Amino acid sequence: MKNDIILQLSIRSIRLNFLRSLLAAIGIVIGVVAISSMGMMGANMTLSVTEELSAMANVLVVKPGSGSSGGGGMMGGGGAPGMGGSSDEDDYISKSQFEDIERTAGKYGLVYPVYQESETIEVSDREGHATIYGMRDEDMASVLTVEEGALPKTSSSVVIGPTLAENYGLTIGSRITLGDEDKNETVQKVRVVGILEEKGMSMDLNSDSAIIMPEKAYVGRFGGEDEYTQVNVILSDIDDADAATEAIEDQLNRKEEEVAVQDSSRMMDSITSTVSTLTTFVMAIAGISLLVAATSIFNVMMMSVTERVREIGILRSIGTQKSEVLRMFIYEAVILGLVGAGIGAVMSLILGWLVVLVMVGTTKFFFMAESLIYVPMAMLIGVAICIFSGVYPAWRAANLDPIEALRAD
Amino acid sequence: MKEVPVIELADVSKIYPLPSGDVVALDHLSVRIDRGEFVAIMGPSGSGKSTLLNQIGGLDVPTSGTLKITGRNIRKMSDEELTSLRLNAIGYIFQKFNLIALLSAYENVEYPYILKQRCNDTTGRVSRLLEDVGIDRRMAEHKPAELSGGQQQRVAIARALVNDPAILLCDEPTGNLDTKTGAQIMEMLKDLHRQGRTVIIVTHDPAVGDQAERIIRIRDGRVEEA
Ligand SMILES: Nc1ncnc2c1ncn2[C@@H]1O[C@H](COP(=O)(O)OP(=O)(O)OP(=O)(O)O)[C@@H](O)[C@H]1O
Ligand SMILES: [Mg+2]
Repeated sequence: MKNDIILQLSIRSIRLNFLRSLLAAIGIVIGVVAISSMGMMGANMTLSVTEELSAMANVLVVKPGSGSSGGGGMMGGGGAPGMGGSSDEDDYISKSQFEDIERTAGKYGLVYPVYQESETIEVSDREGHATIYGMRDEDMASVLTVEEGALPKTSSSVVIGPTLAENYGLTIGSRITLGDEDKNETVQKVRVVGILEEKGMSMDLNSDSAIIMPEKAYVGRFGGEDEYTQVNVILSDIDDADAATEAIEDQLNRKEEEVAVQDSSRMMDSITSTVSTLTTFVMAIAGISLLVAATSIFNVMMMSVTERVREIGILRSIGTQKSEVLRMFIYEAVILGLVGAGIGAVMSLILGWLVVLVMVGTTKFFFMAESLIYVPMAMLIGVAICIFSGVYPAWRAANLDPIEALRAD
Repeated sequence: MKEVPVIELADVSKIYPLPSGDVVALDHLSVRIDRGEFVAIMGPSGSGKSTLLNQIGGLDVPTSGTLKITGRNIRKMSDEELTSLRLNAIGYIFQKFNLIALLSAYENVEYPYILKQRCNDTTGRVSRLLEDVGIDRRMAEHKPAELSGGQQQRVAIARALVNDPAILLCDEPTGNLDTKTGAQIMEMLKDLHRQGRTVIIVTHDPAVGDQAERIIRIRDGRVEEA
């Protein structure tokens, strides 16, 4: 390669017009940096959202069907018993419905019912609201992970989520007052016996800022025994989501819309695809900068050809083939592209890292293949654009009439 | 059997179509040059001397008529073949030197060698040629812009010779030089002729023309009968 005189000529021409070539290469640098850092940002965003969502992706949530239910707001403190025998008119999932779900979806994973209410709470004179869950003892043991302390055994003990614990400065042994005296609600004091591990966003159970008490204690306070707010299915295999959903719907919704099954994997798909659409859009905008770069490379190459018409004439007249002249100018474009893309790649890593840190908030996915792939990809696009915009000038140079070219001054 | 002429033009015309009307640079011209001849082409300015030389050198294609170089009809040759012909069989020395500005004197001479051999010169041929034309080692490192006109023309001669061409075409090789340097260049060309090359030289200087074996005079694109 060292004695490729054609390559030597390209390199010398670039060196001779160093500033001009540098400016053209900078266009490519900017384009490559823009595309790859936007791409990396998108990839990192997708990866981090996916990670957050995948914790809840294996969950099906079965809620009372919207079908014929008559509005039915939150149940009061007393809790109205079911109207008559038919439960499908009510805003809860009945025991028999739960058993149907367990029977049909049990083979796909763990099926458990929860009660849920929102309640005023007070901790040493600080008032607020919290979600209260009621769960069966055996479900608590298999679904909840205790970070500190233990699961509640008595009706006056609860476990709480870590966010709630932090917000109210609660520790093991702290007391929480449930209910608001001013609103004539039954006031009840409970004791924190355990604090849960952080769980993150979730569809089945937002335990991080909730209070969870045993079923008996919950029913004792809010009533509505065997009238579950929702039934969750934790799938053993996420691929079963559709099969399980179908099984439940076939069983319960045969006559009318008794229950609604929410498949969180579908939701995750739509969120991921939204993020990637966004990324593509942002990258397309970044791509415009490469278009600008292409124009500048084209311009530089045209100038190079115009300035070197006489030289091209000489080269041709002493026996340089058209294809060799073509190659000379393509080399020039490729060198500009490679230099630009190389510098661009290094800068993408630095700038991309910063962008990801600022926009996504974490760089823990930065060095994963899905993210770094955008650097070589953007480099490739950059070099390709250089070659593309160098082709016409090179073709023109190669096809100059040697006599005409020699006459130029 | 008679030997095939190196150059044979039969009824060759070259017309440049211009908006202001066609310019007939060569007008039904027939010329024959044999191997080993030393020919001078003379004529007033604009008579078509350079145009003729460009046809002979395979740089241009006649509008009509037949042109054969070493027996081959150039009309039947592709651009690639014509380019190879220029590289291998023809040494062209231009009035304006036409060296490559990006390359040093040495590299200018080496350039056609590399094009042909596909490798750098390790035989010392380039250095020897430069020495022969009076360019020393130090000067050979200079770019054309740093050389005098006479030095540039010497480099151009060395370049024309590097691939050992059978035909040497010179368009006013002494036109831009002083009398003394011009005379030295002429001595070199005569030397090359003595070595057996066909030398064709365009000039309007009678002193130069007289040194040739034969003079072809042209006027208005036609050969003037002597
Ligand atoms: N590329 C061209 N386009 C148009 N006309 C041309 C071209 N080349 C040459 N001519 C015309 O052809 C004629 C012959 O030109 P040519 O250069 O061959 O003359 P010449 O004998 O070499 O003159 P000089 O002694 O001045 O170099 C001139 O009238 C010139 O104007
Ligand atoms: Mg001329």
